[in-house]
Amino acid sequence: MSESETEVDAESGEAESMDSPVERAAQQTPTSLPLRVEGLAKQFGGITAVDGVSFEVEAGSLTGLIGPNGAGKSTTFNCITGVHEPTAGNVYLNGEEITGLAPYEIAQRGLVRTFQIARELSEMTVLENLMLAPKHQLGESAIRSVLPGLRDDVVDQEEELRERAWETLEFFEIDHLATEYAGTLSGGQRKLLEMARVLMTDPEVVLLDEPLAGVNPTLEEKLLDRIHDLRAEGYTFLFVEHDMDVIMNNCERIIVMHQGRVLAEGTAEDIRNNEQVIEAYLGEDI
Amino acid sequence: MSDDTVAPDDMPGSSPDSTPDSALDAVVEAATRSDLGMVLLTLGLIYIGATLLTFSDGLNSVVGLLRTLTFLGLVYALSALALNLHWGYTGLFNIGVAGFMAVGVYTMGIFVRSPDPAFGPPGLGLPLPIGIIAGMAMASLFGLVAALPALRLKADYFAIVTLGISEIIRLTLQSSAFDTALRETLAVGTGGGRGMGMPDNPVRALFLVDGQAGTPTPLGEFVFGLLGESGLGIANNILIGWGYIVVLGIFLVGFYVLLERLGRSPFGRILKAIREDELVADSLGKNVDLIKIKVFMIGCALMGLAGILWFGSQGNVSPTPQFEPILTFYIFVAVIVGGSGSNTGSVLGGIVFAAVLFEGPRRVGAVLRDTIDAPTPPTFADAVLSFDPTSMLAFATDNIAPLQFVLLGLVLIFIMHRRPQGLLGDRIETAAAIDLSGRAGDHGGERDE
Repeated sequence: MSESETEVDAESGEAESMDSPVERAAQQTPTSLPLRVEGLAKQFGGITAVDGVSFEVEAGSLTGLIGPNGAGKSTTFNCITGVHEPTAGNVYLNGEEITGLAPYEIAQRGLVRTFQIARELSEMTVLENLMLAPKHQLGESAIRSVLPGLRDDVVDQEEELRERAWETLEFFEIDHLATEYAGTLSGGQRKLLEMARVLMTDPEVVLLDEPLAGVNPTLEEKLLDRIHDLRAEGYTFLFVEHDMDVIMNNCERIIVMHQGRVLAEGTAEDIRNNEQVIEAYLGEDI
Repeated sequence: MSDDTVAPDDMPGSSPDSTPDSALDAVVEAATRSDLGMVLLTLGLIYIGATLLTFSDGLNSVVGLLRTLTFLGLVYALSALALNLHWGYTGLFNIGVAGFMAVGVYTMGIFVRSPDPAFGPPGLGLPLPIGIIAGMAMASLFGLVAALPALRLKADYFAIVTLGISEIIRLTLQSSAFDTALRETLAVGTGGGRGMGMPDNPVRALFLVDGQAGTPTPLGEFVFGLLGESGLGIANNILIGWGYIVVLGIFLVGFYVLLERLGRSPFGRILKAIREDELVADSLGKNVDLIKIKVFMIGCALMGLAGILWFGSQGNVSPTPQFEPILTFYIFVAVIVGGSGSNTGSVLGGIVFAAVLFEGPRRVGAVLRDTIDAPTPPTFADAVLSFDPTSMLAFATDNIAPLQFVLLGLVLIFIMHRRPQGLLGDRIETAAAIDLSGRAGDHGGERDE
């Protein structure tokens, strides 16, 4: 796994300057490209939602993807994660082409997404929600789960998973909810649950679809802290959001989309001074 | 005292700290603590009711009725368990259960029947166990054929496809053209609309040499001598029927253990996730389509086996009326009554449906009719216009079959309204191979963060 490689990068960066994640990432040189999108296009009938989008997400970075409503952010997102098949263009994960693969195949390769509206499995407990996520569990085979001799291995693995799930819940500070049904959680807690669940899959790249939508300011802070913690551990994030401030303050690289195209790309400073971006967000103070 | 009001639906709610008022309450409370206790308590209540109903007709009637009720309860429980895997666990709305059962029974029949056309539709003459395995495999294969195109469809359209397949299977088996074609090509037959005779029940051979009445085996001699015609006076055939019930009981335990293990595992977790939100399971890297196909095939194989155990033991099968969609509907009612998603609920639902809703009204009606000393009015209008309650009751009890559907409908409406989760549908059935209520090696509240 190339994850270890990125972890080292992130840690060495951390040692130099702990105060600003933006500075820290700026000093890093990209060693591999976890996610690369080339000329991505998607048409729905006669409507072009995404029109030749290309960008890169660097290892261990927190990259923001912003744009006004209808800019094509969600469609781009869905094309990357396999929900839609792109009309044209390619998506590469760690240099390997994943264009047009099924969502589950893409997730198994380490690119996992969260949902804009949290999709917790409400009739399952928080712990069950988390234990669903890990890839390639022995007990996912029906025969292994049933046959007496083979089931012992499943039980052993389940115990490991339970422990990992507890640790992950502690990290997100929702361990007191472990045995509650996910349906009883508040909106913000559901977002935390989703993040925790994604983490359980051992992802390399996490695509966050407006993780802060509908989250109160206290929880928003908490979620952002967790994202920065995880980034420091070597996870790579692509962060879709339409709240400019959040992106400006947290992402070291920002991609601005407008009318299905990439309008600008760069640091927060670059974006702030970009004429075209100001025009696209006409009237909005950035 | 609450011997009648102890409906199973208030069992899970009984608080453990309530002090029992009487010996009966203590028994009830002890029984409701375990799943087996709950099933046995329900059976016990049904047995008491049935005994009271037929007490005056003598021991033979009582034991015979108990046998019928237990048989129906067990076969409905088996079918409900299989359907619960599809519907309760995975949310696959399969309304073609009858068809998959028919495939199981007919395949078993064709494999086991004698190749000699003189005895009716010819078969392959293979041993019964091979026939049963073949029946399950064929039902599972039909499940695959149904699942492959249908899984792309949304729940309700999937349901229509399964219903369609079930009817195609029934009408094909009914068709004499299909029978002729099979005889000409494979030298086997289905018997068309007349159906086919089922192989002898091996349980009979345990009691009687070659299944012939009058030549009991040592086991038969012992049982018949103790309880049968030369002992307590119970008809030997009823005793053999009870022998088969033991076999059904063993299969029920097998089904239950298998499904509990499937449900309480990472596999079961994916099933639950598919039921709730397919997109989530998909985006977490689970191959949803493959798992659906797998679970559909497993469920269909179990439906085939349930069909074999049920209709294969009845002497003769024919496509109509045995495998009409109403059978699927009954099994669904059993699952709904028990609470979808719960295996114990499915067993309870099967027993309660068969004894109380299916067989109960007919028996009670028949007994009531015998006590009414009045002629049955020829039509409904006559019964109403006579303004005579006795004659109305006579009409009602004589026409209990249609009224039974009214009762069934009322019960369903009541359940949907008051307890949509069924008897045990609100229970926590953890989808994990281990206990998730606690944490092994608890850190005692210590946190990393």
